Amino acid sequence: METIADVEVTTTQAGPICRIEPSKGWAALKLGELWHYRELLYFLAWRDIQVRYKQTAIGVGWVVVQPLATMAIFTLIFGWLAKMPSDGLPYSIFSFTGLLPWNYFSQAFTRSGASLVANASLISKVYFPRLIVPLSAVVVPLIDFGVTFLALTGMMLWFSIAPTWQWLVLPLFLSFAAISALAVGLWLAALNVRYRDVAHTIPFLVQFWMFASPVAYPASLVPEKWRFLYGLNPMVGVIEGFRWCLLGTGTLDRGGLAVSAVTVLALLWGGIIFFKRMEKTFADVV
Amino acid sequence: MTDIAIRVEGLSKQYKIGVAKARHDTVRDTIVDYGGRLAKWWRHPDSHPQNDDPSHIWALKDVSFEVKRGQVMGIIGRNGAGKSTLLKILSRITEPTSGKAELHGRVGSLLEVGTGFDRELTGRENVYLNGAILGMRKAEIDRKFKDIVEFAQVEKFIDTPVKRYSSGMYVRLAFAVAAHLEPEILIVDEVLAVGDAEFQRKCLSKMGSITQEGRTILFVSHSMSAVLRLCSHAILLHGGQLVYQAPSAAVVDRYLSSGSESGSERIWTEQDRVAIHGPFIPIAVRVRDATGEQAEVVKTVCPFSIEIEYELIDTVRDLSLQIKLYSIQGEHLFTTSERDEALNYDRFMVKNPGRYISRCRVPANLLNRGIFVVEISAAIPNVHWLFRDHSAVRFSVDDAGGAGSQWAGDRGGFFRPALHWDVLVS
Repeated sequence: METIADVEVTTTQAGPICRIEPSKGWAALKLGELWHYRELLYFLAWRDIQVRYKQTAIGVGWVVVQPLATMAIFTLIFGWLAKMPSDGLPYSIFSFTGLLPWNYFSQAFTRSGASLVANASLISKVYFPRLIVPLSAVVVPLIDFGVTFLALTGMMLWFSIAPTWQWLVLPLFLSFAAISALAVGLWLAALNVRYRDVAHTIPFLVQFWMFASPVAYPASLVPEKWRFLYGLNPMVGVIEGFRWCLLGTGTLDRGGLAVSAVTVLALLWGGIIFFKRMEKTFADVV
Repeated sequence: MTDIAIRVEGLSKQYKIGVAKARHDTVRDTIVDYGGRLAKWWRHPDSHPQNDDPSHIWALKDVSFEVKRGQVMGIIGRNGAGKSTLLKILSRITEPTSGKAELHGRVGSLLEVGTGFDRELTGRENVYLNGAILGMRKAEIDRKFKDIVEFAQVEKFIDTPVKRYSSGMYVRLAFAVAAHLEPEILIVDEVLAVGDAEFQRKCLSKMGSITQEGRTILFVSHSMSAVLRLCSHAILLHGGQLVYQAPSAAVVDRYLSSGSESGSERIWTEQDRVAIHGPFIPIAVRVRDATGEQAEVVKTVCPFSIEIEYELIDTVRDLSLQIKLYSIQGEHLFTTSERDEALNYDRFMVKNPGRYISRCRVPANLLNRGIFVVEISAAIPNVHWLFRDHSAVRFSVDDAGGAGSQWAGDRGGFFRPALHWDVLVS
């Protein structure tokens, strides 16, 4: 037995039966159906990757240019002019290690926040589990992440920082960033369908959020009494985690990570419910 | 195993008019709206906001029917009759407000040709993307890829981005993917309205072969000849309600003869316009006789005109406003466009927002006695339709005094030209 959106699909001798009725209450998550449509997820992500750098001269080079340029500016202003502490490392690699997960996260939630509206023509003409759309938007920037990561390993060679066993923990932090981005993206995507105001607030949100995360400065700069509040931002744990894994700086703040994890899971759970609830009217409103 | 493929019971869908009109709500509107409702509730706590509320309309109301396995069912009705809403509900794109439907079998739905086509991608890439969107597996597309490309006749260009395709190639490729879906129940909305005549024939025969394989098809079309050719049965929707269900010939007859509200004028009310998004908003279509009066009957021997009144709420480039004239039986007699004349073509390349009246003068001695149906359409050629009404208005022609009226009896044919004969006597 397989269930599809607000519709129940039972396989009997007569083949699948699909019942269409107004759904009541909270619709179930229906992961089985999501799995059934996994190839569509793949194709949507693949399309976005294909299309993005068509007709550009340096193509995928843009992926590296952007964080490198940001790093250069940060190094100039925060590292050189403001003499920002950087856990005893060259400021450039310190900030680049922060930018790596940050860029992934900000791209992932920006894209998934805009994803439903960007795919309005699909949503109003074809049925598929709508969750696929923000999900694929979270997957796409992983490519950028991979390319930027290669650039980072090059820099680590340059500064002769050797990899350690802690690298193995990195996927954990990356998944944490992805889940956080999805959690935020689901809320934004569903809201954006009805209120286009959301599209205008996302750039501010990105900017504000970046300064609320230890991208350009070390988390140790934040006064102890604010740490709990600070830790509610999941990117604090992620970025510090990245530095811990790659550069071996600082210690893992397990308490802080637990707080972030709870925040993210609550946000994700709420996001999914909200999304499923709004899903029914996407095609009518978008 | 039942022999019913689709069972629809009391299906209804209510739309809030505000949703369709001010589509991009803002947070502020919502706050104001909720504030208003709260205040109303405070004063009349018992009032129920849902029913009889003028801000809600029923796009579909209490529609019930059944389709047998292997049957091809046509759905006909005017714009705004609820056809698209019905298909959207059955395709699970939107939810009904009440009622239910059961579909027995794998459902494939085709509400648009080339949904999800990306102009930047090559033909090959689009086949895979579009196939996946329509619910095909990659392995399935691999298997059918060759047939699809062959059907579309685009072998040479399959690795070219589709933005370099001619519109004909684009449509052929898009339809080819869809035509290779193998669902047990196929839901099709007016997709044959695109493409050249030869390709349309090919699509129709492909669809015909689909039904021979025992598939059930639900088919919305404005082309009465396509409905007659493909569908054994049809249902007629009007104002969201099912008004008639019978073998297709009977339904087409009823539709054509019930046609327009009044013979000489068709007016789009506020309610009708709800379903129309986009820059082109129709206001009225009228038939006027030689003296400029609205007329249900015009004379063969006098010129008359057909006028379209409309509003553009946005600047539109390259608008093609067309009239197609049909006989009551559905034969297409001619097509004429507002910008056929070179002068108008250039002058109205870009049309500014505003109200327009476009009047087409039909010369005397053109049409024979009979009833004629006017289709109007607004489109941006090769890009998309803005509006279309296949039976906007009807009028009849009185042939009194027409060429050859000294002869007794009916002349037949659609035209009654007064032609000159040279007679050489030797």
